[in-house]
Amino acid sequence: MNNQKRKPLFHISRRQSMLWYRIWLIRGLAILAALVVCALVSVVMTGENPFSIYSTIFTASFGSPRKIWVLLQNIAMLLCVSLAVTPAFRMRFWNVGGEGQALVGCFASAACMILLRDKLPNGMIIFLMFVTSMLAGAIWGAIPAFFKAKWGTNETLFTLMMNYVATQLVAYYCVVWESPKGSGQIGVINQQSQIGWLPVIGGQKYLLNILIVAVLCLFTYYYMYFSKHGYEIAVVGESEKTAHYVGIKVEKVIIRTMMLSGAMCGLAGLLLTGSTNHTLTTTIVDGRGFTAVMVSWLANFNPVWMIGTSFLLVFLSRGAGEISTNFGLNKSFADILTGIILFFIIGSEFFIMYKVKFKHAAEKEVKA
Amino acid sequence: MENRIPAVSMHNVSKRFGTILANDKVDLEIYRGEILAILGENGSGKTTLMNMLSGIYYPDEGEIRIDGRPVIIRSPKEAFDLGIGMIHQHFKLVDVLTAAENITLGLEGRLNLKDVSRKIREICDTYGFQVNPDQKVYDMSVSQKQTVEIVKVLYRGADILILDEPTAVLTPQETDRLFAVLRNMREDGKAIVIITHKMHEVKSLSDRVAILRKGQYVMSVPTRGTDEQEMTDLMVGHAVKLNIDRPEPVNPRLKIDVRDLTVRNIDGIVRLDHVSFTANSGEILGIAGVSGSGQKELLEAIAGLQPVESGSISFVEDDGTREELVGKDPLEITKMGVSLSFVPEDRLGMGLVANMDLTDNMMLRTFRNGFTTVANRRVPRHIAEQVVNDLHVNTPGLNVPVRTLSGGNVQKVLVGREITSSPKVLLTAYAVRGLDINSSYTIYNLINEQKRKGVAVIYVGEDLDVLLEISDRIMVLCGGKVSGIVPGRGARKEEIGLMMSRVGGSSHE
Repeated sequence: MNNQKRKPLFHISRRQSMLWYRIWLIRGLAILAALVVCALVSVVMTGENPFSIYSTIFTASFGSPRKIWVLLQNIAMLLCVSLAVTPAFRMRFWNVGGEGQALVGCFASAACMILLRDKLPNGMIIFLMFVTSMLAGAIWGAIPAFFKAKWGTNETLFTLMMNYVATQLVAYYCVVWESPKGSGQIGVINQQSQIGWLPVIGGQKYLLNILIVAVLCLFTYYYMYFSKHGYEIAVVGESEKTAHYVGIKVEKVIIRTMMLSGAMCGLAGLLLTGSTNHTLTTTIVDGRGFTAVMVSWLANFNPVWMIGTSFLLVFLSRGAGEISTNFGLNKSFADILTGIILFFIIGSEFFIMYKVKFKHAAEKEVKA
Repeated sequence: MENRIPAVSMHNVSKRFGTILANDKVDLEIYRGEILAILGENGSGKTTLMNMLSGIYYPDEGEIRIDGRPVIIRSPKEAFDLGIGMIHQHFKLVDVLTAAENITLGLEGRLNLKDVSRKIREICDTYGFQVNPDQKVYDMSVSQKQTVEIVKVLYRGADILILDEPTAVLTPQETDRLFAVLRNMREDGKAIVIITHKMHEVKSLSDRVAILRKGQYVMSVPTRGTDEQEMTDLMVGHAVKLNIDRPEPVNPRLKIDVRDLTVRNIDGIVRLDHVSFTANSGEILGIAGVSGSGQKELLEAIAGLQPVESGSISFVEDDGTREELVGKDPLEITKMGVSLSFVPEDRLGMGLVANMDLTDNMMLRTFRNGFTTVANRRVPRHIAEQVVNDLHVNTPGLNVPVRTLSGGNVQKVLVGREITSSPKVLLTAYAVRGLDINSSYTIYNLINEQKRKGVAVIYVGEDLDVLLEISDRIMVLCGGKVSGIVPGRGARKEEIGLMMSRVGGSSHE
């Protein structure tokens, strides 16, 4: 300790509060800084003009009406799964099983489409698809919730494992229901008859999905912030002892919330199989169950902000994909850019939570 | 004595958090071979000041000298290097590790657990601790955990020890044991600082007392040359009347009738053993006993939070009809129309949600009202406004999380909420624990006000002087049994104290 006379260069303290526009200023600056760093990295590593890279990212999402629709559809699906996992997160129930819950939803829809196609009228089949897919998701969510409520098992591991069970289940039935025979895949279900396909409205294939998710978003917002259930969820998440003290039945709330969470994931599965893809594969959910965790956290569990965060993530991943094809770059380069941007966005939260005071500034402030 | 060099001297030290000045140009000296008590109300900056010494906060202004040498303390590790160790109110131990592992955690060099155990035993023998180095922390009682914390700082060579309200979680016997150890350390020439607001501890333990008020250093006096009244006045800043009202009960009627109540805890140990008593409206029933004698279980059983093995708890309506409360959960009790309020011991962990704001905390009691699925926030906001105004809660607004309020204000919010529903029965557990004098008196007044309104109050307390002053009747618990129920007026402290250590009132020592 021979440098004891030196004062620390800076020290860090927790902020009491911050004005909302300053928070957004910090976030905006973070994105700007991320773009600058991305530009430097691309110039140094590829020699390409950074502006052409940016414009490629932009046109990947907004280049044509079709691309915009695809963008909106992708946002809707990611948002749907994110909304689904959010009530559980508010309860501090770390549901990372959105992937599996959505996949069993896909599975239930596909089962209805395949098994009932000649037996029931189309409207009835679609109705049953809604019911069974949401039920399947709810069951997939309720199992880990039940074990957590009764015996305090770890929900993160449990929900994660349930994903693999769902994947294996679907892998098995992909072979049972394979079409054509010997392919080991299901292919497009009911290609000719279109039985069990959700109706196309307004001439836009994706419009129905987008509208359903928009309604779901408003519902979740209301449910979390204005309903009695939402309040119970928040209390249970903060303190089970307090919940018990005011007569909230903690076990019931955990199971109920996870059933809702699972049912919403199942609905996402229905939209994927019944409306977007008309098929069933083990990878149909495409990692959205995991990306949803990030969407929900970045938006601080607020369903309306989640529109923004899911847009950001979809926009970045589409842009990254486009760069790798247009410039003949490795897909990894696109991942590097996405990583840089996320690093800056998540890192900026530190400056929102904490204040960094430098030596000179600190001394001035004391005198002021 | 007068011209020795202080182990620590703080000069002109200030610290601010946002707009709040937590410490304002404080001067303080700490000597070796001396126990210094730092006394002050909640929020007077005692803990902040000591946190600057132990490297948790960095002062905005001022100078710290150790043995006359100016130093800069940037982290707890640097504080340790200077021989400063702090034992915090909330222990920082790893549950699944043993005492020895916790003590050596984070130390550099090779770990030889045999040597460690030997060194721990040496420390224990020197000062009279009892620690089993191989015991896991999750197996330990609160006082054992505290001992591990103290040994941890001694092991690292600390000779300036700071203890932040060390007795808040201890029973009287454990407190005595701790004090004996602290005295041994003083004889060994260590400098000891305890932060407290309990007068009798200051009197019995310390050599010198330093008083802080609203972040400012008032003065320090030798403990022998002062008394409780003077210390209180200095701490509060004006003369305080140290007695509590006890109005005569008006028209007392039977409200709660407990018969042969037996309760076992989760491990099957009997916590209440055939307890019988009554509580009347317009009366305060004080419950005395060493902590852990079954007070918590008793209140929780009445509130419907604790499974009961046998016995009955009846709520008696004004017209004489009885409602059985055993076997009902809190929701069922409310639905039966029994208006019962409970101020639990664990305020932020049970009575309130620490991260929620005032409105949402008021809502805990009201959110079920109304037939729609929408939770009404207008009513709780109104209640919150009322509580803040009526009880003078010091808060920047209704939208701040309750954890940011000081202890006294947290308790006002909790008590305020519980009495808003005009209960017939009010259960309070350690209602003034951790509160300073002013806040304590506010709470006593609120409880007396409820009594005047005809509420049956059951008051579990730890301070015998207060129990003797406030209660109409006092029930003494010992080891889960009732060792006696005596009238509050005229009861003597020695008598109650004896009953507290006499199981079931059966044996006379």
